[in-house]
Amino acid sequence: MDDQTVSHRQRLWLYAFGIAISIFLLAPIAIVIPISFSPGEFLEFPPPELSLRWYRSFFSSAEWMSATWVSIKAAVLTVLVATPLGVAAAYGLHVSQSRLATTIRPLLLVPLIVPVIIVAIGVFYLYARLSLINTLTGLVLAHSVLALPFVFVVVSAGLQRYDMAQELVARSLGASRLKAFLTVTLPQIRQSVISGALFAFVTSFDEVVIALFVSRGPSSTLTRKMFTSLRDQVSPTIAAISTLLILVTLLVAGLILIAQFRQGSKRLARVE
Amino acid sequence: MMVHSAEEMEAKDRGERLRLLGLSTPSVLLVTVILLIPVGWLFWLSFSGPNGLSLVNYVRLYENSAYLTIFQTTFVLSLIVTVVTAVLGYPFAYLLSQLPRTLAILGLFVVLLPFWTSTLVRTYSWLVLLQRRGMINTLLMKLGIIQEPLGLVYNSTGVVIGMVHIMLPFMVLPLYAAMKSVDPTLVRAAVSLGATRRHAFFTIFAPLTLPGLIAGSLLVFIYCLGFYITPQILGGGRVNLVSMKILENATVYSDWGAASALGVVLLVATLLIFKLIQKIVPVERLLRSP
Repeated sequence: MDDQTVSHRQRLWLYAFGIAISIFLLAPIAIVIPISFSPGEFLEFPPPELSLRWYRSFFSSAEWMSATWVSIKAAVLTVLVATPLGVAAAYGLHVSQSRLATTIRPLLLVPLIVPVIIVAIGVFYLYARLSLINTLTGLVLAHSVLALPFVFVVVSAGLQRYDMAQELVARSLGASRLKAFLTVTLPQIRQSVISGALFAFVTSFDEVVIALFVSRGPSSTLTRKMFTSLRDQVSPTIAAISTLLILVTLLVAGLILIAQFRQGSKRLARVE
Repeated sequence: MMVHSAEEMEAKDRGERLRLLGLSTPSVLLVTVILLIPVGWLFWLSFSGPNGLSLVNYVRLYENSAYLTIFQTTFVLSLIVTVVTAVLGYPFAYLLSQLPRTLAILGLFVVLLPFWTSTLVRTYSWLVLLQRRGMINTLLMKLGIIQEPLGLVYNSTGVVIGMVHIMLPFMVLPLYAAMKSVDPTLVRAAVSLGATRRHAFFTIFAPLTLPGLIAGSLLVFIYCLGFYITPQILGGGRVNLVSMKILENATVYSDWGAASALGVVLLVATLLIFKLIQKIVPVERLLRSP
């Protein structure tokens, strides 16, 4: 027992270090929230009085609102493209056990590896020839490529935990493969699919570099507009937008955690 | 049950497998058309000069000292960020791995929250904190530690601080996974056999977690090499990196030869380092770690 207390005291520096790192990680995020309510042009902490001035300036700006809508539309469409494609690929590769699968798998992970700046110039070069620049379609296609690996990996992991024999039973009882997948497998890997879809949403919603190349003017996304306005000046409106984005992040991350936690507890239940 | 001959079943099976594999076709097509073909195109573009195939773009990169400086800055900055995140990340991940379950979950939440928060939001926060009239300078001046505000941003100091904040989770998560997989009885056994805690740490624990450290470091390093947003904003145009030069060449000057050659060099460096990571820890496992 003596040994334990000594090691705790010896570790005091480690605990202090841990607290310092936690502050370093969290403070920059936490500080944006109170200053977004400050009334002045200069960002003060703590704000002398609370004001919704910068929120009003965000919600009443036609430009910011249109950029927000572009981002929401792009993110929702990216989810609608990347999720089914990723699920189909994960399922196909999981069940086919073909040797080709080991070639296709890394191919689908390529978008994770190639630096986004290179994807962006490549896409820019391609879109210039297909007149897809400044179109929602172009933006969604590029974002879907970036989001695809997340859906694919998360759903593949979900399938690995799932017992395929259940689908076999359904098929031996007369269900078609599609019906067996939709009614037996899909409901059981639902949480992975939801996580994957949420990852796809965040990937698109947060993306800046590709949007810098292929979405300009009225088709600018929220993050693109944020980026260009940050480059010019530190507008307090960004504090209000950042606070709203933090709320969205917390919401989406919470949903992902719930989805993964449910999957985890179900797995535990089965083991028991 | 119907009885089939073995060959018949095998053929049917093979056909079925191929059809299932076909389910990945739309994904493969999407990645090929939107990513592989354009990148291949850039590759080809980088090797073409005014009269067909040539190395003129690469010669230009090599001969122009401005480009060499940019590569050097990018490399050195990425290295600094990687070392700082490793020095901060290793003890932090160690602490997390030693904490009781509830506290460890709280600690992981501390890592994951910034991980999930938009890069732009975090970059903006650092801008607010580090400005001349920002909170850190104001605080230091009120405390009487400094008389003049420090130039903490729009230079490489600001870039390093902001990038370390963005990259730290990429270091901590693989490290935590590696540390959690070390059997704690090994260290305890060493201590019970007479090793000091320090000795046991350095001879047992550290070598076993080295793959996590290497994987995390390489991961941070390649992300830094291609990073654009945070260095652009916190550097205020005074820190020039490869990614910025690529964007500038492509959009401002429409100099596709230079842009693509820079892109190819960056891509090749990234892929080579990635090969190394893949040998230590498969990328799929890194993604799944949280």
